[in-house]
Amino acid sequence: MSEFVFLYRGGERATSPAEGEKVMQKWVAWMTELGQNGHMKDRGQPLEETGKVVRGKQKVVTDGPYTESKDLVGGYTLIEAKDLAQAAELSKGCPIFETGGLVEIRPVMEM
Amino acid sequence: MESGEHLFRREAGRITAALTRIFGIHNLALVEDVVQDAFCRALETWKIRGVPDNPSAWLMTTAKRRAIDVLRRERTARTFAPELERQFESEWTLVPTVEEMFGPNAIKDDQLRMMFSCCQPRLPEQAQVALVLHLLCGFSVDEIASAFLSGHSAIEKRITRAKKVLAGSKRLFDLADRDFATRLSAVHRALYLLFNEGYHGASPESAVRVELCREAMRLSAFLLDQPLAATPATYALCALMYFYAARLPARVDAAGNLSSLFDQDRARWDPALVMNGKKLLDLSATGSELSEYHIEAAIASVHADAQRAEDTDWRKIVSLYDALMNTRPSPVVALNRAIAIGQLEGPDRGLEEIRAIADSDRLAGYPFYAAALGELELRNGRREIARDHFHAAQSLARNAMERRFLEQRVIACDSEGEVGSYDASATSE
Repeated sequence: MSEFVFLYRGGERATSPAEGEKVMQKWVAWMTELGQNGHMKDRGQPLEETGKVVRGKQKVVTDGPYTESKDLVGGYTLIEAKDLAQAAELSKGCPIFETGGLVEIRPVMEM
Repeated sequence: MESGEHLFRREAGRITAALTRIFGIHNLALVEDVVQDAFCRALETWKIRGVPDNPSAWLMTTAKRRAIDVLRRERTARTFAPELERQFESEWTLVPTVEEMFGPNAIKDDQLRMMFSCCQPRLPEQAQVALVLHLLCGFSVDEIASAFLSGHSAIEKRITRAKKVLAGSKRLFDLADRDFATRLSAVHRALYLLFNEGYHGASPESAVRVELCREAMRLSAFLLDQPLAATPATYALCALMYFYAARLPARVDAAGNLSSLFDQDRARWDPALVMNGKKLLDLSATGSELSEYHIEAAIASVHADAQRAEDTDWRKIVSLYDALMNTRPSPVVALNRAIAIGQLEGPDRGLEEIRAIADSDRLAGYPFYAAALGELELRNGRREIARDHFHAAQSLARNAMERRFLEQRVIACDSEGEVGSYDASATSE
């Protein structure tokens, strides 16, 4: 088994409590299923939309990241899968696709 | 966790009420931003971390923290609730005051005050109902639009305008106010309309929007909990809702078709709800006030007493409709009275009474007006005329369920034998 990070990018935020709750329930169901099938290494964390960016030799600090919201990482999860192909397959159940977001799958580098 | 999407809706109403008390009603827009923000944070976190054991407490804590942030950040730039302003000036009192406002009893009171504020006379009744659904029940604009069979933009405009009026009031309605009694009847009316929309609703997906009924009953229960608001009329209104709610399981039959009061499988009426209705109706019988809710609840109670449709005490029902015509006359009440007379004294008398309805032109677009004529003609054996009436009714149907129901009545005109009868309860304002 190898480890992979799912980075959740973009995806619209809920506009009504009832709608948002439905979407959230789908995430919970998906995450639970990953766990039951032995793929969940660490649920990870959601991330704030705001932050700081430190750049260059001068280490200039700016507010950021200010990328387009469709590219913004909103959270991550650490999962376990046989290979990259299986990890990609697992990501397809993620409800983020219903709200226009995407999942970026990155293998954790092995020594 | 509490069933599905209801947790958020319920908490939205509670948090909105508490924050409005803290920030002041003039800051309603800020209140809504903070509520929205608290929910978004919860959703984003729970998506990944999972739902905590006590989601309500989690939401409350988040909202509380956000409220404290806002108060600290903006206390010099903004005015908040005037009566709390001084407590917010000092760090010693700020946090305890916010804590206190989020206590269970404070929130209950604030929800009630919010409800009374929404039902102010400067707003049309439909706007009051929309506002109650939006602010106290956490319904989105789209959800309200679909419940009232209106377009998104029409409802949005109505709610925006209503919120502006609300934010223009000096403070939340005070239950000790002089015009409490008048405002209480406006609240009754709004809750009655809300319940009716659920029960007789013109919504396209379904004739029965159980959710709206449930919300109306939940909010009415707040009134019962508050001694000032638990008047005989409040008890009567609650009784009425319980009697109707008891019929909900039978209102749509196994095949998904609307079932008339006459054809309903009365074994499916919920006996516990009927019993509650009776209890509430008893409690409403104090004082001298006889509201329209007393009479309507009494009518519903007579129906609940009849094991079979043919056991109905129509004499009693006619006399109750007579009383209702005195208390709150309307063409729909007159129509229901005529139908009851048709049951008691025969179809010709029923038709006579329908023709005598004063402003019957107001019923022209109402499918159950034509349907009532059809029913009485059919019982008279004038099948051709009856069929025409049912056809007319069918073309006025407001949803697929009503259309199917009336289609069945057209078919009944062509078949021999038992003709069944017509649901007096399907008509209401």
